[in-house]
Amino acid sequence: MTAISVKNLSIVFGEDENETKVLDAVSFDVEKGEVFGLVGESGSGKSTVLRCIAGLYTHWTGEILIDGQPVGAQLTKERCRKIQMVFQDPYGSLHPKHTVQTTLAAPLRIHGIGDSDRRITEVLRDVGLAPHLRFRYPHQLSGGQRQRVAIARALILRPFILLLDEPTSALDVSVQAEVLNVLSDIRDREGLTYLLVSHDLAVIGHMCRRLAVMQQGLIEEVVDYADLSGSRAQKAYSRMLFDASHHYDRSMANDITAARQAGGGTVHGA
Amino acid sequence: MSAQASEVPAKRKKVAFLDREATSVTEAFLQRLLVGVHTFLSNGLAVAGLSIILLLIAVAAFAPWIATHDPNLQNLSMALKPPSSVNWFGTDEYGRDIFSRIVYGSRVTLYIVTLVTITVGPIGLIVGTVSGYYGGTVDMIVMRITDLFLAFPGLILTLTFVAILGPGLEQAVLAIALTGWPAIARLARAETMTIRSSDYIAAARLQGASSLRIIFGSIIPVCMSSVIVRLTLGMASVILTAAGLGFLGLGAQPPTPEWGAMTSAGREYMLDSWWLVTAPGVAIMVVSLAFNLFGDGLRDVLDPKSK
Amino acid sequence: MSSTPRASDAAAVQMPLIEARDLRVAFQMQRGVFQAIRGVSFSLGQEKLAIVGESGSGKSTVGRAIMRLNPPSAIVTAERLAFKDVDLLSASRKELRRLRGRHISMIMQDPKYSLNPVATVGEQIAEAYRTHHKVSNREARERALTMLEAVQIRSPKRVYDLYPHQVSGGMGQRIMIAMMLISDPEVLIADEPTSALDVTVRLQILAILDDMVKERGLGMIFISHDLNLVRSFCDRVIIMYAGRIVETVAAADLDNVQHPYSRGLLNSLPRLDQKRDRLPVIQRDDSWLEAV
Repeated sequence: MTAISVKNLSIVFGEDENETKVLDAVSFDVEKGEVFGLVGESGSGKSTVLRCIAGLYTHWTGEILIDGQPVGAQLTKERCRKIQMVFQDPYGSLHPKHTVQTTLAAPLRIHGIGDSDRRITEVLRDVGLAPHLRFRYPHQLSGGQRQRVAIARALILRPFILLLDEPTSALDVSVQAEVLNVLSDIRDREGLTYLLVSHDLAVIGHMCRRLAVMQQGLIEEVVDYADLSGSRAQKAYSRMLFDASHHYDRSMANDITAARQAGGGTVHGA
Repeated sequence: MSAQASEVPAKRKKVAFLDREATSVTEAFLQRLLVGVHTFLSNGLAVAGLSIILLLIAVAAFAPWIATHDPNLQNLSMALKPPSSVNWFGTDEYGRDIFSRIVYGSRVTLYIVTLVTITVGPIGLIVGTVSGYYGGTVDMIVMRITDLFLAFPGLILTLTFVAILGPGLEQAVLAIALTGWPAIARLARAETMTIRSSDYIAAARLQGASSLRIIFGSIIPVCMSSVIVRLTLGMASVILTAAGLGFLGLGAQPPTPEWGAMTSAGREYMLDSWWLVTAPGVAIMVVSLAFNLFGDGLRDVLDPKSK
Repeated sequence: MSSTPRASDAAAVQMPLIEARDLRVAFQMQRGVFQAIRGVSFSLGQEKLAIVGESGSGKSTVGRAIMRLNPPSAIVTAERLAFKDVDLLSASRKELRRLRGRHISMIMQDPKYSLNPVATVGEQIAEAYRTHHKVSNREARERALTMLEAVQIRSPKRVYDLYPHQVSGGMGQRIMIAMMLISDPEVLIADEPTSALDVTVRLQILAILDDMVKERGLGMIFISHDLNLVRSFCDRVIIMYAGRIVETVAAADLDNVQHPYSRGLLNSLPRLDQKRDRLPVIQRDDSWLEAV
């Protein structure tokens, strides 16, 4: 059973000369209950894929199927109850003038769901936030606590797909461990499907069985993490990405420089 | 990491209410408000500004009890008397007590400031946020209109409106408000444009919030602080413009004791009777200075980054 | 504090480039004094010394204290804080200005904020050289071009005339390195120089830094939060927690750290090579805040 099916997803930003194709015919499937990883360097379009699926961008072409149902470009309330997203920067993704309570109550009010007090208590417990933090403003919370609030906000409508856009890259390693554990626990309990974007292959390796490697708007390959870590990836780029994440190695740096010089330049704009 | 400092709470005087964990949204808001008040009160000049404004309000409210004379009672035998124990600030060319006229004049000043602010603020805020949030054609049309307004020097445009509407206090207020909203709209729009692309707005959209809900629930609360600061700082210029209109005879009409008009009337006697222009002149200066100081203090509390 | 014999031997051969004994930095805040660094001692030889820690550990403050770049509200004290035989605490502003750039340089995380947006990158590099050397414009330009080549920029002449907004993050960081190394400093402080960069670009930048350290005999302080990176890139690692050093180890021995915090930090890191259901979470202990 596929939870998310993306077929030939393309999106173009800018007009005329500045036109850039950020995604070029991206296709992949995510099984129900799976944690699927999207890796790539900056500019590879990995976050753009998430934003298209979430419904934040509306001018894409191609096909996105959620639970077998094609979704349109427009964001509908029904889609909001199926898919939610957690953003990278816990400092920018919470409204600075809303308390945790206000942030969590808003979606319930929008969707006309009663019993909000109990649901908020439950979701705070699920993400491991102490009840006394419920009436704090974001500036009174640490980075890890904020990210838990962001996860709670994504969970409160009980979606079955969670899009995670670098959910731990702004956090310290010890806090990252806590947040990743929270995400794993919730998935085990609720059977959610995760689509996880990260530049950190160790995080992807910890969470995902399968992943797609992206480069410049294209999917290089969809590969099992076991194959990638066992140097059995098909594409040289994927292997290089993995090796480069692993450790610092002088000769590897030389290889990359050589590869870059054979390929395009590193200057952009003009 | 330059933010280590915020990791460990520094020592602060213990205030029971502020240090306890909030148990409701209202309480959290009140705590936040109190911290703001605390910051504001530690700024001496701002407190001075606020005190003068409060004094102004008190004077306006209790004018009949504070004034020593009827502000409009003419007594030609008492004309152009210098300050004395009977007429503290002297009398004008019709023998009216200047102190009492200044006291009653505070009502006119407050009336203008309040009316302008409550019309300019909401209009500018709503026009600016809506235009900034939707962008596109709506934004283009609205912004060209504000360009049109901002292309004229403020006082000239106000004068034009008064010329069309006719002289009078209400007309002056309307004219000042008409020229005041574009600046606020511009400010609100600029803020909205930066907020619009933030992750918390994206998150709000993903929760199914309608555009109206996002504008009123998420964007306006953030824009509000800078708009309030700008309005407060703008009050000084409202007072000056109103006084200017009064001075030119286009604002409040005689015998209303408006400070600008009083300065204008006293001009002819300035060489012999200095108190005629000095008293209302000082009043205008002190009150506009007070609004500026208050606005600066408010900015430190509401909008610390622009310090 | 214990450092492994091997590492300290290497550093003890000659006079340390940087020596800090009981370095303390406090910040005067509105409502009291905040102790950011609470007694840190270490010495730097011709090596790559890493300072790792989480946010709030004070690792960046240490780097700034050496450069004497702390804000005015900072109170810096130490038994000794010296570059070779120059006491950095008693040095005059003028001496400090001469030291900065000429003898000690610093690279920050994001080149976007460190480069002047209205001058071309080449001019800025040449200017950095002319600040410390009396040479003609022409010679400074030549030096800058050579330096751009040294940081592996392929067409230095073209890049020389670019403005900061026209270069990518990786190239910006190369330019920063060129600018910081053109006057041949002896100590380089790199504060998270690669954390804003992609892995492949990161590797190239590290290779450049690595070569510079080897060729020029630099001492480098590499401030980072990335334990995996530090393990393979640096010689020695200092682990900081809440303004103190909890442990100093040779990078090769990073897996054998003793202090519970260091162990917890390493364990909480997702591993590329081994799958675990849950990541162990650090159970913090108040005793770690006390002196080791």
